[in-house]
Amino acid sequence: MIAILDYGIGNIGSISNMLRKIGVKAAASSDPSVIANADKLILPGVGHFDYCMQQLKNSDFYELLHKKVLEDKIPMLGVCVGCQMLMETSEEGREKGLGWIKGSVVRFKADQMSASLKIPHMDWTEVHPTDSCLLYSGIANPRFYFVHSYHVLCDDPGLVTATAKYGYDFAASVQSGNISGVQFHPEKSHRFGMDLYRNFSKLY
Amino acid sequence: MKRIRVIPVLLIHKSGLVKSEKFKNYRYVGDPVNAVRIFNDKEVDELAILDIDASRTSTKPNLRQIAEIASEAFMPLSYGGGITQIDEVKEILFNGIEKVILNKMALTQPEFISRISERFGTQSVAVSMDVKKNWLGKYRLYSDNGSKIVREDPEELAARFEKMGAGEILLNSIDRDGTYEGYDIEILQRVSNAVTIPVIACGGASGIDDFRMAVTDGHASAVAAGSIFVFQRPHHAVLISYPSPVELKEKLYSQL
Repeated sequence: MIAILDYGIGNIGSISNMLRKIGVKAAASSDPSVIANADKLILPGVGHFDYCMQQLKNSDFYELLHKKVLEDKIPMLGVCVGCQMLMETSEEGREKGLGWIKGSVVRFKADQMSASLKIPHMDWTEVHPTDSCLLYSGIANPRFYFVHSYHVLCDDPGLVTATAKYGYDFAASVQSGNISGVQFHPEKSHRFGMDLYRNFSKLY
Repeated sequence: MKRIRVIPVLLIHKSGLVKSEKFKNYRYVGDPVNAVRIFNDKEVDELAILDIDASRTSTKPNLRQIAEIASEAFMPLSYGGGITQIDEVKEILFNGIEKVILNKMALTQPEFISRISERFGTQSVAVSMDVKKNWLGKYRLYSDNGSKIVREDPEELAARFEKMGAGEILLNSIDRDGTYEGYDIEILQRVSNAVTIPVIACGGASGIDDFRMAVTDGHASAVAAGSIFVFQRPHHAVLISYPSPVELKEKLYSQL
């Protein structure tokens, strides 16, 4: 069972809807006893980095999340701000991130982009995965829906599993061992997202 | 290749899906939930759903219908109509809608924009602006589904909405609505240039050439339309359609 971590932040409904559609067993929950039984985790996140971090820290499962991910090493997938929270810091706020992946979250650099490109980046954009990343297995010409003003910057570029271009190339997804994150919204990306969640449920 | 979002706008009136002409003459198009399902199958970029009665009649958003729509839609969705409370915003966003669209509230209580963006992020709140050119050639903003004139200048207002935390502007031309005469490029360009957030063109599209011009000449970041996605010309039969990926690539993305 996949637990979708409910800590009072947005896109939980969309993720549950899509997992139900593709027949993957999942439960959106904030209950530690439910989360303890999960064999995979999805960490959603939308909105402000600090607000998400504060809400997550105040949740009843914050300790358990660390244990499940760092000790039990079960697969987890961060989505959007859920991906950004994997990093150490963010330019958006003052809160420290989870720090499970070395690096930071930075704002799109407007001075390196054409003025016609507005921030937030709110578009369907093609992503270019590395051959080894299983999340994109069997997905031809993957494209996903992005909504973000910030993106992750990994200290180790080898952890970037896909890039996308908006003004310049940025990390669209990252993975370090059992910990993965995607900057885009698979739950809002039609069959591309269904395939990605299916891969996460089967291949991880 | 740069893609731009092509967004069908669906109007809900008395629980049914309708399409207007110049914000009047509503024509029944079908059942909203069914229409969303068809648009979902066509893999549209995004959908905007506007309840055009809610604000005028002070009715609350129909959360049950919204949740039903969202459960079968695997693309970004935005909803507008009758939203006045932060708890309603929360309920809507948690049910699988990405963005709420404000219109009257953005004018009467602009701090409501800030409250939403501080809590849920700027990407979760868009403001819809309905504009019309008067007989002197001056653009005026209207509220209450085109029935009340607003004194302030549309460009200044757009800039203020951005400052308050709006993530996007949906710019509707009342004159062009349902006319197939093309977008009003002049006001589109003015508003787009007045803000740094994305502006979505709406009102008057007759085809992909209009989408292209909205971006190249009007500086829009995305395009929206109603009639061309629900009617088939010349006889205006109801038929839900959406350009194919190949068409969009050849006639739109590659021309930008």
